[in-house]
Amino acid sequence: MPSQLIASFQINRLSILAPDGQVDESLMPELSDSQLLQIYELLCYTRMADQRALDLQREGRLGTYPSSLGQEAAQIGSGFALRAQDWIFPAFRELGVMLCHNYPLELIYRFWTGDERGQQTPEGVNIFPMCIAVGTHVLHAAGAALAAKYRGDDMVAAAFLGDGGTSKGDFHEALNMAGVYKLPLVVICQNNQWAISVPRQTQTGAETLAQKAIAHGIRGVQVDGNDVLAVYQATKEALDRARNGEGTTFIECETYRMSDHTTADDARRYRDPEEVKKWQERDPLLRMRRFLDQQGLWSDGDQAQLELTLKERLTRVVKAAESFAAPNPEEMFRSTCHQLSSRQQEQLKECLNGRT
Amino acid sequence: MAVLNLVQAINAALQQALESDDRVLLLGEDIGKDGGVFRATDGLFEQFGDGRIIDTPLAESGIVGMAIGMAVYGLRPVAEIQFLGFCYPAIDQIFTHAARIRARSRGRYSCPLVIRTPYGGGIKAPELHEESSEALFCHMPGIKVVVPSTPSNAKGLLLAAIEDPDPVIYLEPTRLYRLLKEEVPEEPYLTPIGKARIARAGQQLTIVAWGSMLELVMRAAENYDAEIIDLLTLSPFDRETLLASVQKTGRVLIVHEAAKTGGLGAELAATIAEEAIMSLRAPIRRVTGYDVVLPLPLLEDYNLPTTKRIVAAIEELLRY
Repeated sequence: MPSQLIASFQINRLSILAPDGQVDESLMPELSDSQLLQIYELLCYTRMADQRALDLQREGRLGTYPSSLGQEAAQIGSGFALRAQDWIFPAFRELGVMLCHNYPLELIYRFWTGDERGQQTPEGVNIFPMCIAVGTHVLHAAGAALAAKYRGDDMVAAAFLGDGGTSKGDFHEALNMAGVYKLPLVVICQNNQWAISVPRQTQTGAETLAQKAIAHGIRGVQVDGNDVLAVYQATKEALDRARNGEGTTFIECETYRMSDHTTADDARRYRDPEEVKKWQERDPLLRMRRFLDQQGLWSDGDQAQLELTLKERLTRVVKAAESFAAPNPEEMFRSTCHQLSSRQQEQLKECLNGRT
Repeated sequence: MAVLNLVQAINAALQQALESDDRVLLLGEDIGKDGGVFRATDGLFEQFGDGRIIDTPLAESGIVGMAIGMAVYGLRPVAEIQFLGFCYPAIDQIFTHAARIRARSRGRYSCPLVIRTPYGGGIKAPELHEESSEALFCHMPGIKVVVPSTPSNAKGLLLAAIEDPDPVIYLEPTRLYRLLKEEVPEEPYLTPIGKARIARAGQQLTIVAWGSMLELVMRAAENYDAEIIDLLTLSPFDRETLLASVQKTGRVLIVHEAAKTGGLGAELAATIAEEAIMSLRAPIRRVTGYDVVLPLPLLEDYNLPTTKRIVAAIEELLRY
């Protein structure tokens, strides 16, 4: 028997907004001017909220914190496309996604001070607790997607992870499940090129991360992750397909972690500063700003006004985050299981007495 | 009342849970058309269809991880892992997520998930098919661990596990699947989690066991005035029943098939030492599996507790 080509695959990369602010009109998503401005404001808010967190950490007012600097487009582009009824399964660097869906920033700050109450998602916000364990939560999104399919709910589950997460077994098990059951699921990878000190080329021998989807029978696409319009468009398409019963899409957003892994890390130990400089030119906020300028939608005055408004908002948020009463040790007992065992009751008593 | 064996009782519980609550779904390997490798889900695929009896790819972490997502979303999934030894790849999901979601979100989300899995030795099966690593799960706060010992409590405990708002590991003593038969009430009922059962009342010593070992202990202690406690829930275990019995008898024997070091027997013994040592007339004794990697069938009988070892321990305790 002859050797035959029995399957072939390709990976597409989408980019719409160039670093100079020019857009490919033929690919432009359907977004109104006010939506474009909303996206830009969210980009700015995410960056300022992130910077504020770093400042608070340096002042000893916040614990270890993972900055999202440089990844705002990947987060806002995808977060803005998701609807309120969709469920979001974040990793731990999705500040922008969470802000898109009205997750209270004071809770996020609270969480990074070491307070579990920061993960008490408000009712009506469908965001799962942040997942510190890498890659394992993609399965939860797959399970929720299967549950939604069973119930006939108009819901798409969206899981976020990084390039490092795509090396994990659970990521592959989740994508495999997604292929088998044609799940209404979108898996969004912020490929920020670095998993702490391990660069992208050490993470996998695959040419793209997007192609990891193919072995699992789902769609994989790559987008310019610093292009908020491309990320939005790719997410929108993936959501539409999921809703139409066409299954899961894995989106690789190629972006860059401009900051250290967390405030406990020093990336200068392992990373060439020239590389960082190169990515600075591809800044996601700068190119959106240039685009809006060219469209006549934004001015220096608007920028100054926005920054002032956001600064005031952040002051209020920080105040709210720091006005929480100290957590009660009883919480750690009460939230372990729905009822206390007799031993836990005794331990709780001991714990409370030990403190007084 | 129908006379059922333990697998049939599990099947009946699953059937009733599926019938009465449309949030209940089953997922696992070979549980659909095949009815499960031990037939625990026999006939359920035909009755409830592939939307609720879900055959999965061969991926244990995937099964448990998916079930966690389903549970948090509001369903009541019952996952089957084919053998306890195959739970090891899923321990990450169980410990990292199922056990912690309630605490992590401070009660905003919970994880009402049941993981059923056959466990224990005496069935002459290949490697990893006879593990008894229940203590691993008992050490992790946030999950419950239950082990039935008879067809009746198998049904009641499984229904209770499915109703429980937290993750429950439901360990099925494989050796007993078809060994014991008894009348099992046809209507649904709950065997409460956290409560032990006095399998036989007695005065001279207390013997604690669970699962397959309970059956062994009942035989071994036939001629002694022993109070036999069937623990049923390993975590959180029923301290009150245990201590009350020890205070009455003053002698304790703990029997489990898992390795001795770090086994659940150690926790029970420590609890008795801390809270009832003044009632003891004799040292606490444990008859357990040895601290060895579980052998294949040819050496298995050397490792598992025997009636002979149990009788010797009883005799020794009664000399005090």
